[in-house]
Amino acid sequence: MPEPHTGMLATIRRLNLTREAGLFGLILLALALIAPLYPAFLRPANLSGLLDDTALLILLAVGEMLVLISRGVDLSIAANLALTGMIVASLNQAYPGIAVPVLILLAIAIGAALGAINGALIWLLRLPSIVVTLGTLSIYRGAVFLVSHGKWVNSNAMSPAFLGFVRLSFGGITMLTWVAVAVVAAIAFFLRATISGRNLFAAGNNPGASIYAGIDIGWMQFVAFTIAGAISGLAGYLWVSRFAVAYTDIASGFELQVIAACVIGGVSITGGVGTVAGVVLGALFLGVIKNALPLVGVSPFFQMAVSGLVITTAVIVNARGQKASVRRILEQPAL
Amino acid sequence: MKTGDLAIQGAATRTGGIFLHARKLFRWETLLLAAILIDFAINTVMSPYFLSLWTISDVAVSVTEKAIVALAMAFVIIAGEIDISVGGTIALCSVVMGLVARAGLPLPLVVLSALAAGLACGCLNGLLIARLKVPSIVATIGTMTLFRGIAYAVMGDGVLKTYPAGFSWFGQGYVVGPISIELVLFVGLGVVAGAVLHYTPLGRRIIAIGSNPVASRMSGIAVDRVRFGLFVLVGVAAGLASVLLTSRLGSTRPSIGQGWELDIITIVILGGVSIDGGVGTIAGVALAALLMGLVNFGLGLLNVPGIVVSVVTGAMLIVVVAVPAALKRFGLAGGRR
Repeated sequence: MPEPHTGMLATIRRLNLTREAGLFGLILLALALIAPLYPAFLRPANLSGLLDDTALLILLAVGEMLVLISRGVDLSIAANLALTGMIVASLNQAYPGIAVPVLILLAIAIGAALGAINGALIWLLRLPSIVVTLGTLSIYRGAVFLVSHGKWVNSNAMSPAFLGFVRLSFGGITMLTWVAVAVVAAIAFFLRATISGRNLFAAGNNPGASIYAGIDIGWMQFVAFTIAGAISGLAGYLWVSRFAVAYTDIASGFELQVIAACVIGGVSITGGVGTVAGVVLGALFLGVIKNALPLVGVSPFFQMAVSGLVITTAVIVNARGQKASVRRILEQPAL
Repeated sequence: MKTGDLAIQGAATRTGGIFLHARKLFRWETLLLAAILIDFAINTVMSPYFLSLWTISDVAVSVTEKAIVALAMAFVIIAGEIDISVGGTIALCSVVMGLVARAGLPLPLVVLSALAAGLACGCLNGLLIARLKVPSIVATIGTMTLFRGIAYAVMGDGVLKTYPAGFSWFGQGYVVGPISIELVLFVGLGVVAGAVLHYTPLGRRIIAIGSNPVASRMSGIAVDRVRFGLFVLVGVAAGLASVLLTSRLGSTRPSIGQGWELDIITIVILGGVSIDGGVGTIAGVALAALLMGLVNFGLGLLNVPGIVVSVVTGAMLIVVVAVPAALKRFGLAGGRR
């Protein structure tokens, strides 16, 4: 189809723009509705809490996005987070002398290793990712129990440096949020400006054509799962130090919220489509809703139903929009 | 050129082919049966309490509710879709049933209300997926939160336990000796499911849809209508499981059936159903449910905590799909490319 490209491209660009702009508008609308009625929402303490909570969701969602783009799905990221968080918290408890940067690097390494196990099974044995990560979800979560013997690591067992890192503040914004900003920037650079990043999109878009183009699609999936694992590991440390507690069930079920954030942000569940900006906005949208519900006076027992309604509605709207605007880079003229 | 074509085929079919090829070597069901016998022997040796008719009857009860939903889930997965919302559906049905029972309505209405709630949940899923074209994994992640959220919204931290006399029959009753109502129900439904899937045109159509939805539509199958029906089916099955589970526990809490979706999907995959659709047997699913029940129960008899049991289940799931794949890739020299 050589002719209609310019017209189609323009439409596609416009649609992509409106998706993110629309989401941004929706977030602003939510803020505009909430802020005047509930001034407590705009208090610095609340906003910084909102940012910190959402930073964790954004981190995991950006990792999950890589996996979704590669035509996989990773259900084990929250279990990975819990296991890594428990390991570093236990280490900190047993050996308070280990420097925090060492623990952070260790968390990233453990998370990457857990992600690489998923990736290797999917790459080398060509197993479906949903089955593999369903299995490792149970295994990693159970391993948290085995590592901790079911005990909790509480804040009094963690060293001040271990707890303090995420709470360091620069320009009124915590280290936790800055870490998320840095990771988001790195992933955006990876996807936009590196050959591997472009190959990842290609592999997810059109595996058949990618093989002809010399891209090892299995390897690209391995890379995506390993990076997602590394981010989950990092988030594991951030989670236990932010909430100052580590136990077997932390972040249980969080993987589904992460996938919801991706889908709301316009990532296609069938691979090859997604932007970092969209995912960040998707996570922010969920974060604002979640943060605002208690302020608006919605009973905690209603919050899950409202989130469910919001997620389902957003998912319908997005899935319908996606049909018209699937972006296939391999079919575009040279970029 | 030729290798390129093969590589593309490999990439496109992925694991769909793995099961097909493994089948030529050994039937999946035979392997499951062997695993069941081995685990049976292990349980007998490890625990002196295992080998009694009543214990073995308990094994069945502990897994039957999940197995009943797994039968319906097998149809959905064979058709190339998935339903993550079954745990939430079970909770919502249980809450509806609890409210109807509290209002003092008679037993048949109590049971029907759960089935009707399951039907409604299934219709919503079916509508989203077949009509609005939302991918099933995404749609049911949303409705999972929605259904369980409604259960929490209605119940708060309360509990419903005013059930009419005779309600406990479903989950705790026995037909003859140690043969429970639940077991008889499961065997009956299993036979029907197997007959429909393997011996009727509808069954062939479902398998065809899972293998190639586009070709199925081209050959005149009402793909979306069948899809819709399958989600309704799995909703009703979750409603039925909710009746049995609530009856066995004797009370409704909004957290009932939490995390069941993963166990149910695990049973289906363990039973040899391909997650890519188009491949699977009901016999395999039934055997996988039995195996899962035996393993869980055996470990329970040995006082292994539930969370460790889930490690074993997860490992079993991966090993079971990895071994045939590894054999195919590394064992049968030159089998690929």
